[in-house]
Amino acid sequence: MNRQFMKITGKCATRCTRSGFRALVLAGLLTTMPIATVNAETLAISCGAVGQELQLCKEGTEAWAKRTGNRVKVISTPNSATERLALYQQILAAESPEIDVFQIDIIWPGILAGHFIDLSKHIDPTAIAEHFPAIVANNTVKGKLVALPWFTDAGVLYYRQDLLDKYQATPPQTWAELTTTAQRIQDGERAAGNPRLQGFVFQAKGYEGLTCNGLEWVDSFGGGTLVGAKGEASINNPQAVAALKMAAGWIGTIAPQGVLNYDEEESRGVFQSGNAVFMRNWPYAWALANAADSPVRGKVGVIALPSGGAAGKHSGVLGGWNLAVSRYSAHPELAADLVRYLTSRAEQKRRAIAGSYNPTMPALYKDAEVLAATPFFGQLYPTFANAVARPSRQTGAKYNRVSAEFYNTVRDVLSGQRPAGEALAGLQRRLDRLSRGGRW
Amino acid sequence: MTAGPHQAPSTRNSPLTRQRIRSAWLFVTPLLLVLALVAGWPLLRTVWFSLTDANLAELSAAQFVGLDNYHYLFDDPDWWQAVRNTLIFAGVSVGLETVLGLAIALALNARFPGRGLLRAAILVPWAIPTVVSAKMWGWMYNDVFGIINHLLLAAGLIAEPQAWTASPDLALAAIIAVDVWKATPFMALLLLAGLQMLPRECYESAAVDGVHPLKVFFRITLPLLKPALAVALIFRLLDALRVFDLIYVMTGNSRDTMSMSVYARQQLVDFQDVGYGSAAATLLFLLIALFTIVYLTLARVGRED
Repeated sequence: MNRQFMKITGKCATRCTRSGFRALVLAGLLTTMPIATVNAETLAISCGAVGQELQLCKEGTEAWAKRTGNRVKVISTPNSATERLALYQQILAAESPEIDVFQIDIIWPGILAGHFIDLSKHIDPTAIAEHFPAIVANNTVKGKLVALPWFTDAGVLYYRQDLLDKYQATPPQTWAELTTTAQRIQDGERAAGNPRLQGFVFQAKGYEGLTCNGLEWVDSFGGGTLVGAKGEASINNPQAVAALKMAAGWIGTIAPQGVLNYDEEESRGVFQSGNAVFMRNWPYAWALANAADSPVRGKVGVIALPSGGAAGKHSGVLGGWNLAVSRYSAHPELAADLVRYLTSRAEQKRRAIAGSYNPTMPALYKDAEVLAATPFFGQLYPTFANAVARPSRQTGAKYNRVSAEFYNTVRDVLSGQRPAGEALAGLQRRLDRLSRGGRW
Repeated sequence: MTAGPHQAPSTRNSPLTRQRIRSAWLFVTPLLLVLALVAGWPLLRTVWFSLTDANLAELSAAQFVGLDNYHYLFDDPDWWQAVRNTLIFAGVSVGLETVLGLAIALALNARFPGRGLLRAAILVPWAIPTVVSAKMWGWMYNDVFGIINHLLLAAGLIAEPQAWTASPDLALAAIIAVDVWKATPFMALLLLAGLQMLPRECYESAAVDGVHPLKVFFRITLPLLKPALAVALIFRLLDALRVFDLIYVMTGNSRDTMSMSVYARQQLVDFQDVGYGSAAATLLFLLIALFTIVYLTLARVGRED
């Protein structure tokens, strides 16, 4: 790894001739001639390495390298998003040119904005307009397009089709329906000799996942997303209180108390071993629940998360990853071109088919080949299109603190340590103080 | 060990002694330099950061803020909860490990066939990396498909499945149990080494006099074992006070079980507040230093007796 960095940083000469080089790049783009024949460069990109990620990233960058005659070094980063952020911050704080393109989480643009170039100056506006507007808006910080969307994610509801059929139930449209259906099936199955069956599992461990779950409940009741568009804390409202009261009512009835320490994988463990009727999770669980060794293979359905009732809506929190170009890169033009290629429609289609990574372009959700590989992409299109962003853009560098305040408060309510109304009033006060009255 | 302080004053200035002191310094200097570099410098830097408003995104822009970070820290109920958790964790786990370790060491000190194999076998928990064993226990504690609930239910010890790592009342106890499982072998091994150094004569004469085994334990074994016991205790205590991996893997940043190290990491990395996190880290260092000083003082008093 070090040797790779040395090679990249060692190219001082290219930095000195950058303006001339930029002209050549432009000339190359205009004439659509391969840039390679003019000047071969080496770029470095940091890719995630979860599941097929690294393999797909390598294939994509190699295709670009072949096309342009440059070289790309793929640097794998820690799987834990929190640790990846810490690593990025060290590299970026040192203004290091070692990595040109960074794969960043949907909640990081606000935290890292200052270190990245404005991609809207390098990418054709029609290419930007192909992506979901919500993600582009999320990645735009103070008028600057910090990153281009690469793949997206949103919270969805998994259910056991076989159990719903057995009890003549339909997939729930509201949380109230989910609660009664889960209770009915749980009671029936337990009486029939399946004592371990749980109605509903989700993520309520004290971490970012609980922030996602909590925001989905609150937003589906019309209670907003913690911080308003202008930066004002907005959590202390009757809808939010009603949402958390409902969720607190699940603990010990349709959800096990242990859910308070579940992350994505633990809830999947319960659901996939056949011990839960409903599960809130990300789309990745689909492929695994239907894998050859899965006890619930072929018995699982996916729909949008329930709404909060007549006045509510279906809210899935927005996740996913984006590509950004470092301000300290020696080849920003070239790096932006790599980002343009990797986020292009053709490459996203390839990734959607090969690894069921959700595309960030509406058009691909109508693509026959993509739908053949992952059928629920089509049916859940509204969920991905209208996914709810966490307030990372408004809160900037303080987002993690805001998130921790929120998930700790939600967890206190869920575990019955504090009533919802009192807890949210306290949270509102702390957020007001943290934001210095909405200015952040 | 060999040079200087214990020798008579008359020989202190002899050329040989001076040369010895010189070569002693020569040998010790590289070590001191390395220590200053890898331990002293980071420590001083942490203490300095704790007096600033440094942020991970822009370390260079740090401003001196005096003791502000410590003021906020003392006002934060989460910090005091973390201190409480750390002290409970360290006290209870080390206490249990000592008692159990001593019992196991005594048993293994007896002569019986297969003793060597058994001694090796009890070390297995200690040999497993903490993150692996924490994850493993996390699954075993799972409230729905975990084996612990299954066994306890089958044995009729609990009426319904317990959420071991989720319930605020049980989580810290569950974590302590894993630490006891993991560190008891280490304690047992240290104490076993101590037991094997004890002079046989005392036991032989006690046997001749027909002294009750319990009396032998409290009057001969325990007093003779005190130095080994003290070393094992302080080792484990310092280790337990800075506990991080076990708690972080099993329950993450949950406030119910957060230790001082977990608190400091959350501030430093998650919230990027290097100044505030450094203040927490510095206080943790001071707490551990306090325990070490108390131990060294007690040990010195013990030796002079």
